Amino acid sequence: MKLNRRKFIKRILIVAASIEAVFLLKDSVSKIDTFSSKELFNAGKADSFEKNKLYPFSTGQFFLKRFEDGGFLAMSVKCTHLGCVVNANSKTGGFNCPCHASQFNKFGEVLSAPATRPLDIFPIRIENGEILVDTRKPVKRSSYNKSQLTYA
Amino acid sequence: MANKESDQRIPSSLEKFILHLHPNRIDSRAIKFNRTFGLGGILALLFVIISLTGLTLRFSYIPTVEHAYDSIIGIRDNTILGQFIRNLHHLSAKLMVLVSFLHLIRVYYSQSIFQKRAENWTYGLLLFFLVLASSFTGYLLPWDQLAYWAVTVITQIVEYIPLVGDSLAYLLRGSDTVDGNTLINFYTLHTGIIPLLFVVLMSVHFWLVRKAGGVALPKTEEKEKVDVIPNLLWKEIMVASIVIGGLFIVSVFYEAPLLDQANPLKSPNPSKAPWYFLGAQELLLHLHPFFGAVIIPLSAALFFFGLPYFRYKNVNVGVWFNSSLGKKMSIQSSSISFVFTFILIYILDHFLHFDIWFSGVPSVISTGVIPFLLYTLPLAGYLLFWYKNHKANNTEIIMACTSILLSSYVCMLLISLLLRGEGMQLIF
Repeated sequence: MKLNRRKFIKRILIVAASIEAVFLLKDSVSKIDTFSSKELFNAGKADSFEKNKLYPFSTGQFFLKRFEDGGFLAMSVKCTHLGCVVNANSKTGGFNCPCHASQFNKFGEVLSAPATRPLDIFPIRIENGEILVDTRKPVKRSSYNKSQLTYA
Repeated sequence: MANKESDQRIPSSLEKFILHLHPNRIDSRAIKFNRTFGLGGILALLFVIISLTGLTLRFSYIPTVEHAYDSIIGIRDNTILGQFIRNLHHLSAKLMVLVSFLHLIRVYYSQSIFQKRAENWTYGLLLFFLVLASSFTGYLLPWDQLAYWAVTVITQIVEYIPLVGDSLAYLLRGSDTVDGNTLINFYTLHTGIIPLLFVVLMSVHFWLVRKAGGVALPKTEEKEKVDVIPNLLWKEIMVASIVIGGLFIVSVFYEAPLLDQANPLKSPNPSKAPWYFLGAQELLLHLHPFFGAVIIPLSAALFFFGLPYFRYKNVNVGVWFNSSLGKKMSIQSSSISFVFTFILIYILDHFLHFDIWFSGVPSVISTGVIPFLLYTLPLAGYLLFWYKNHKANNTEIIMACTSILLSSYVCMLLISLLLRGEGMQLIF
C-alpha cells in the first residue's frame, strides 16, 4: 500500500476530527452549572408526611410520595416522553402529562403511551429524621419495585 | 431589447460583480415566471433582510436567562421601530422556511436534480437544513414560555437516538435541561456559525447553478436567447419589490408572538414544537420513539439525499413531473396519502390502542412495528397497483414515493398545528 503525502495529511485530519467529535460527545464541554444547586434538597421532617399522600416540591422539581407502608419515593416531575412537567391526577393518584397525554400510575409507571418508561426517581437519604433528596442526578428505571422505597 | 443608451455607461465594479451572478444572455424559457416562480431569488433576498434585521436586533439583545426576556420587552416597548424590526425578522424567517420548502419541491418536480445538478441538490438540502437550524436556534432567544418548551420538546427527541442521544442532547443544550448554557449555545449558533455557513454554502450553491448551465430546461431544437439585462433583471426587481413591500405592510400589523417569561416549573398546555417540526411531534404521538425519532427520520434523510443517484431509466430533465403519467401519479398519490394519513391518525387516536391491547409484548412492537406496518403496507400496495396496471417506470414510482412522504408530513403538521388542543387531544 502506498501512502503519499496527501493521503497522510488527509488521514491525520480525519483522525483529529474523530477524536474531537468523541471528546465533544463525552461531556468534555463542561460549562458552569447555572441551574441546579450543589446541595441535597431538604424536604423536611419525615414524620410530618402523612401516609398515602403525595407532596409536590416544585422548586426541587419532584413529587414526594409516601406510601401505605411508610416508604418514601421521590419522582421527577419531568415526563419521560418529551420532558414536559407532569401534573398530579387527584382522581387516580397518578400523574398526567399535559403535552402529549401520557399517563402514569402512583408508582410513576406508564399507564398509557406515548411515554415509554416510568418517571425517573431521585435517591433519598434520611438523616436525623430529615429527608434529603439528591436532585442532581435523576435515576432511570424500567419498572417500579420495592427496593426503590426509602424508610424512615 | 438591448438598451442602447445604457451601453455607453461603464458599470462600477460592484455592479459588474452583481451582474456576473447571471450570464449575459439566457434562454427565454428560463425566465418565464412559472419555470422557477422566482423562489431561489426570493430566498436570497430573505437572507439579506434577515441578516440586516438580525444584526440590528443584536444591538439590544442580551443572551442571559436574567435579561433575555426583558431585552425583548425593551425592543418592543422602548425602541423606535423595535417591534417593527422584530416582526420583520420573525416574518421573513417564517417565510424563508415556507419558501425553501417550495423551492425544494419546485426543483424536484421539474426534474432539475440529475447529472450535473445532482451535487447541487445535496448543497440545497444542506441549506434547507440550515434554514431549519437557524429558525430553531432563533426560537429559543426570546426566552418566553413558547420558546422554552418548544426547545425542551425537541432536544428531548434527540435523547431517543440510541448510544449517542444523551451526549448529543447534552452537547446541544450544554446542560441536562434547557438553561443559560443552552441560551448561549443557541445564540452563538444563531448569530455566528449558521450565518457564516450560509454564506459559504450559498456561494457554492449559486456557482453550481451557473456551472450546470442555469435553470434546467427540457431539450428543444430551437433556442431563443435574450439579454439578461433588462429581461431577467426587471423581473427580479419586480418580485423583490413585491416581497419587500408585502413584508413591510404585514410587519406593521402582525405582532411577533411573545408569551410570559419562561418558567421551567410549568408546562403550558399544550406544549408544541416549532410549527415546522410539528409533523415530527405528531409522528411521536403515534409511534415508538425508536421509529419516530430514529428509523424514519434517518431513512427519509437517506432517501432525499439519494434521490438524484437512484438508477432511473427514463429521466426527462427539466420536464415537469417527468411525463404525463408522472403528473397524474404525483397528484393522485399525494392526495391519497394526505387523506390516508388523516384517517389513520384519527383511528389511531380513537379506536386503536395497541399499547393497551398488547401490553404483554415490548412497546417497540406494539406501538412501533404495528402502526408502522399499518402505514407502509397499504401504501406499498398502492404503488404496486401503479406498477402492475399502468407500467409505471421507476422514475414515476420514486416520484410517487416522494409525494407520499411530503404529503404525509404536511398532513401531520397541519393536524398538529390546527386540530390539536389541550393535552394534544384532537378537537373534533
